[in-house]
Formats: sequence, structure tokens, C-alpha cells
Amino acid sequence: MRIGEICMAIALALLSLFIMYEAGETPEWKGPRFSNIGFNEDGVPGSGFWPFWLSAVMLVCSIWVLINAIRKKTGPSQRQEAFLDSHGIGVVIKMGGGVLAMVALTDVISMYFAMALFLFYYIFFLGRHGIALSLAMAVVVPFWMYLFFDITMTKTLPKGILAIEDGIYAPLDTFFRNMGQLEFALCFLVGGAVLVAAVRMSRKPADTAQ
Amino acid sequence: MDVLTLLADGMLIALEPTNLLICFVGVVIGLFVGAMPGLGSVNGVAILLPTIFFIKQQTGSDAAPMIFLAAIYYGAMYGGAISSIMLGIPGASTAVATTFDGRPLALKGRAEQALVTAAIASFIGGTIANIFFTGFAPPLADVALSFGNPEIFALMLLAFATFVGLGSDDIAKTVISIVLGLVLAAVGFDVIEGEPRLQFFDMVGFSRGINFLVLAIGVYGVGEMLWTLHTTRGAQEMTKAEISTARIVTATKKTFSDGWKGTSIGSSLGFFVGILPAAGATPGSLMSYGVAKMTSKKPEEFGKGSIDGVAAPEAANNSASTGAMLPMMTLGIPGSPTTAVLLTGLVLLELQPGPRLFEDQPDFVWPVIGSFYISNLIAVIVNLAFIPLFLWMLRMPFTILAPIIFVLSVAGVHAATDSMFDVWLMFWFGLGAFLLRILDYPLAPAVLAIVLGGITEEKLRQSLIWSDGSFYIFVDFVNHPIAAPITIIAIILILMPAIQMLRKSKHRQG
Repeated sequence: MRIGEICMAIALALLSLFIMYEAGETPEWKGPRFSNIGFNEDGVPGSGFWPFWLSAVMLVCSIWVLINAIRKKTGPSQRQEAFLDSHGIGVVIKMGGGVLAMVALTDVISMYFAMALFLFYYIFFLGRHGIALSLAMAVVVPFWMYLFFDITMTKTLPKGILAIEDGIYAPLDTFFRNMGQLEFALCFLVGGAVLVAAVRMSRKPADTAQ
Repeated sequence: MDVLTLLADGMLIALEPTNLLICFVGVVIGLFVGAMPGLGSVNGVAILLPTIFFIKQQTGSDAAPMIFLAAIYYGAMYGGAISSIMLGIPGASTAVATTFDGRPLALKGRAEQALVTAAIASFIGGTIANIFFTGFAPPLADVALSFGNPEIFALMLLAFATFVGLGSDDIAKTVISIVLGLVLAAVGFDVIEGEPRLQFFDMVGFSRGINFLVLAIGVYGVGEMLWTLHTTRGAQEMTKAEISTARIVTATKKTFSDGWKGTSIGSSLGFFVGILPAAGATPGSLMSYGVAKMTSKKPEEFGKGSIDGVAAPEAANNSASTGAMLPMMTLGIPGSPTTAVLLTGLVLLELQPGPRLFEDQPDFVWPVIGSFYISNLIAVIVNLAFIPLFLWMLRMPFTILAPIIFVLSVAGVHAATDSMFDVWLMFWFGLGAFLLRILDYPLAPAVLAIVLGGITEEKLRQSLIWSDGSFYIFVDFVNHPIAAPITIIAIILILMPAIQMLRKSKHRQG
């Protein structure tokens, strides 16, 4: 874990240098770079004052962590295990990668379809649950979210290219928006019923904790 | 109007059917969130923060969304005990101390005793803290009303200093975390001069500034989830509990006869520890456990299933959560990570947190305070009545819960900010938070800092404009008798770890 600690400290030090450089950027009419990090003639601190000196503090602290890590004085640098062992890398690639793919797909196939794919991927492949439960979750959860966000809250989530085609969401929107309150509540309950049925149908989940 | 009338009026509003329903739903969600290992009150409140727009839209009141969030907070404090006792894994960091004696009790086949003691101690702790809160908040807000720029900056400095001086984490890492939060808060436009700044790579998304919700959900929705998935590898085993009305009644009696001392220590100590900005409920409960053990006549029973040992930390974590609300509501400084998120809730509702809240928004403040009492009552009733249901819910595998939380995080950020840029930012923050978390970087200070960043910078620079650029204004005892001592305490707190280090090295040499 010591190497991870050292790399992170260096990364943070570079980040603070970068922020210091960015904080010094002034609008064209205001004079050269770094003219805004001190006080002007009236004793008023400039726009870069706060972020610049904060990042300077961060730079000092990251170097402090770096020195301590090299001298094995910090907690993680004394631990023997790897910063990210195979399990940790698995978590980042499988779960983190899944979320990344979901966010990336949002602009293409709309957020709800991206969610459905992600849920199915996670529950079926990573969770090793039955196909019935996985499919039910992948359909019902985005459906609930759609009813909650797009219809009830009128906070439309991104539709990607499906918005241009206008063939899928537009009729759905009209259909659900014109629905009575009772039927609307029924739609929610139907989703719940599908989930309960799927839980009953699917066999006991395989005994993997992740 | 005196405080009692205001409180009674507030309670009546909190008892209206809509608010009662919101309270109930919030408590149930909180109990669930608290009970699930790996999720605490802060995760629940952060992930569900975007729903406040919906609640406001539906009810038309500012109080209702806050009642909802506070109810989640309380519920989670009760819920944490359930998994501590039944699984031996704290459901939230606030319930760590509950495992010390709750788990042994459960292993002895007295799980119901531990669960009932936890619920009742939580209720008493929460209620006592609410009474303290009602008594202290209005006078404190009155004093705070006279605060000017240097006073408010000094308070902010104190909030950050407590993290450095009292926090148990590596000091350099705590400071890095604070600074990261403050810098992220500075992105966009300069508050005073209106100049653009820190708009990295000239991306349009940065010009709007970074919404604190993006960081909060990134850290607590994505980062912490990844971390939990990374650290909990094995399957858990649940103890069996036999629950019946008769057993609950006996356990209740036993709580009062054997656990009164722990409860009273936890209730009072927890509140005052909770007020401290960096502390919150986790150290509050650990300290109360320690004090209860020290003052007990039977300290040898602690760790083997002492009822006092369950009551003290459980009373303390509820009491501390109310204590943490005190500086949040009166000064605008959160006392814990969860209250930092609650504070962002206030800002999102376009309410100015701070002492003026009591003056300008009594229609908001008092119903919320009234709801604290009611949430507590609902939580204890729901908890005792539905223990079997929660035990059943604890069987929900993490493989189902985790993807739902990821999906909620993504949808929640987009619903609140209407921008895919922010969703991406949330994801990268989450990944960064995960890596930092593995290396023991505390992340709560960053969330607190991004919430307080804007106001801290504004007050600092306005004070410096007043004083023509002289920092002496913060330690000027003559003109700013409140700001000066606060600044000096803050500086001592910041320097304290350094002094301790010097002493240690002298000892080694000597």
C-alpha cells in the first residue's frame, strides 16, 4: 500500500500545482497571470487569492504525506497488502466500469435504457441472481424512476438519440400524463407485483457476497 | 411569544397528516438505510437529497422536505443498532460501539433484549437532546444575530480547526480533504469581483460552479459504495431472535432497571459532543460507552453483554445527532457530515442558513423542531413494532441494493442539476473518493468544506476589505470581542497536533 500512498501524494501535489496555475489566470483586461493572487492597491484581495493560497497549503500537505509515506510513518504505508489487490481492481473494473458504461450510454440510448442494461448486468452477471429476478429488476426499477422523475416531478432525464426519433418516449409521456391518479398508483403497484413474483420464481441466489 | 408556545404551534404543524406521513416514510427509510451495513444516515440523506424538490413541489412548504431529511437521520440512528446486534457488523459508523455489548447479548440468545434496549435508549437520548436543543437554540441564535463578517469567518475557521485538532485522522490528509472541498467550492466565478476563475480547460460545465450535491452524492453514493463492496468480502451470518410481546415487555422493564445509568450518560454526553463541528455521533457514542464503563459498578460486565453498554452508545448517537443540528440551525455550521448535507438541503430550498433563520422563518424552524420530537416517537414505535420486518429486510442481498443505489445516484444528480456534465463529475468524484478512502483520507471534511466554502471566502474577503487588508481584524479584542477568542481557539486547535508531536519527540529524546 506504500506505493499507492506515494503515488497518490504525488498526484495530489501535481493537482495542487495545477490548481495554483489555474487560479492565477486573470481576464485579459486585468493584467498578467498571478497578478490576482495578492492584494491590490486598496488592500483588497484579488479573485485568485483564496484558491491560490489554499492550493499552496495543499501542496505543502501532500509533500508532508509523501515524506511520511517514504519514511513509513503513515498508516497505509505500513500495511503490507497491495493498494488495490485483484479483488479491489475487480471492484473498480466490474462495478465502477459498469457505472461508467451506464453514464456513457445515457447520451446514446437514454438514461432509462442505460439503467435497465446496468441493472441487468449487475444483478445477473455480478450478483448471479436468477434470470427472472434480474429481468424484473431491470424493467421495474427504471419504470418506477420514469414514473417518478419524468411524469410526477416533470424532471425529464436525458433521452439520447431516442429523443430525436421521438417514437418511444413521446407517446409514453402523453399516455402516462393523461392518466388518472388511481390508475397511476396502480401502475406503481403492478411494478411491485412483478418484482414479488420474480423473487418467488427465482431460485435462491447463489451464495456469493458480492 | 415564548419558546413553549412556538414549539407547541410547530408540533401541531408537524402533526398535520401530510407531515406525519412524510415523517413516517422518512423514519422507515432511515431505519432501513441505517440497518444495511455500509450505508449510514449520511448516505441515505445524500442520495435522497434530490427528492426534496419533489416534496416541496407536492406540499408547497419548506418545512416538509426538511422534516423528511431529519426523519431519515433519526431513523438511521435507530437502524444502525439492528445490524450491530444481529450481524455483529455496525450498520453505520455511529453504531460501532453498540456491537461491543449488543453482539454478546445476541449471542447469548437475548437479541430481543439488546434490540429493545437500543430502541428505548435511543428514544430517551433523542428526546432529552431535543429538550436541550429547544432550550439552547433560540438564545444562541439571538447572540449569533449580532455577528458580522469577522465573527462568521472565525466560526468557519473553528469548524475546520476542530477537524484538524480533534479528528483522529492523519492531520495532513485532513487538511488536504478540507482544502479540496474549499477549492471545489471556489470554481466558477469569484463571489466578490465577479471574475471567472478555475474554469478548467474552459469547459462550460465549470462556469456554473460545482454543486455540493454532486460531490456529496459522488462521495457517499458511488465512492462509499465501491469502498463497501471492496471491504466486505465474506457472507454474514444472522443471529436468531425470538420476538413476542411478552418478551418485549420484560426487556423494556429490564432496560429501565439496568440501563438507566448508561442511558442518562449517553443522553447528556452525546449532545455536547455532537455540538462540536468535527465530532458528530460516532465519537459521541464511543465516548459515552467509555464513560459508562468507567463509572459503572460492574465494569467487568462490559463487553460481555451489559445492558448499560448497549444503552449508553445508543442514547448517545441519537442525542449527538440532535446536538449536531444545533450549530447547523443556529449558526449555519454543520456539526456532522449528515448535517452538512442537511445544510445543503436548506440552501437548495433557498433558505439562508444561520441565525436569521429563527428570526425570518419561524414557520419553517418550529415545525421542523417539532418534527424532531415526533420523528423520535415514530421511530421508537416503528422500531419496536416492526423488528421482525427489519430482520427480514436485512436479508436483502447487497447485489440487489448496490446497483439500485448507483442508479439512484446517477438519476438523482441529473434530476437536481439537469446536466450530464455534473453526472460525469459525480462519477469521477466517486472514483477519486474511493481511492482516497482506501488510503485513509477522511472525506467528511471535504463535503463540509464544499458546503461552507463560498461563505467562508466571502466573509474572509469582506473582513479584509473592512480592515484594508489587515489580518489583525480577526484577533482584535477591542472591536471584535467575539471573533478574537474564537479565532484564537481555532488557531490553538490547528496547532495542537503539532505541539503534541513536538512533545512526543522530546519525550523520546529525553
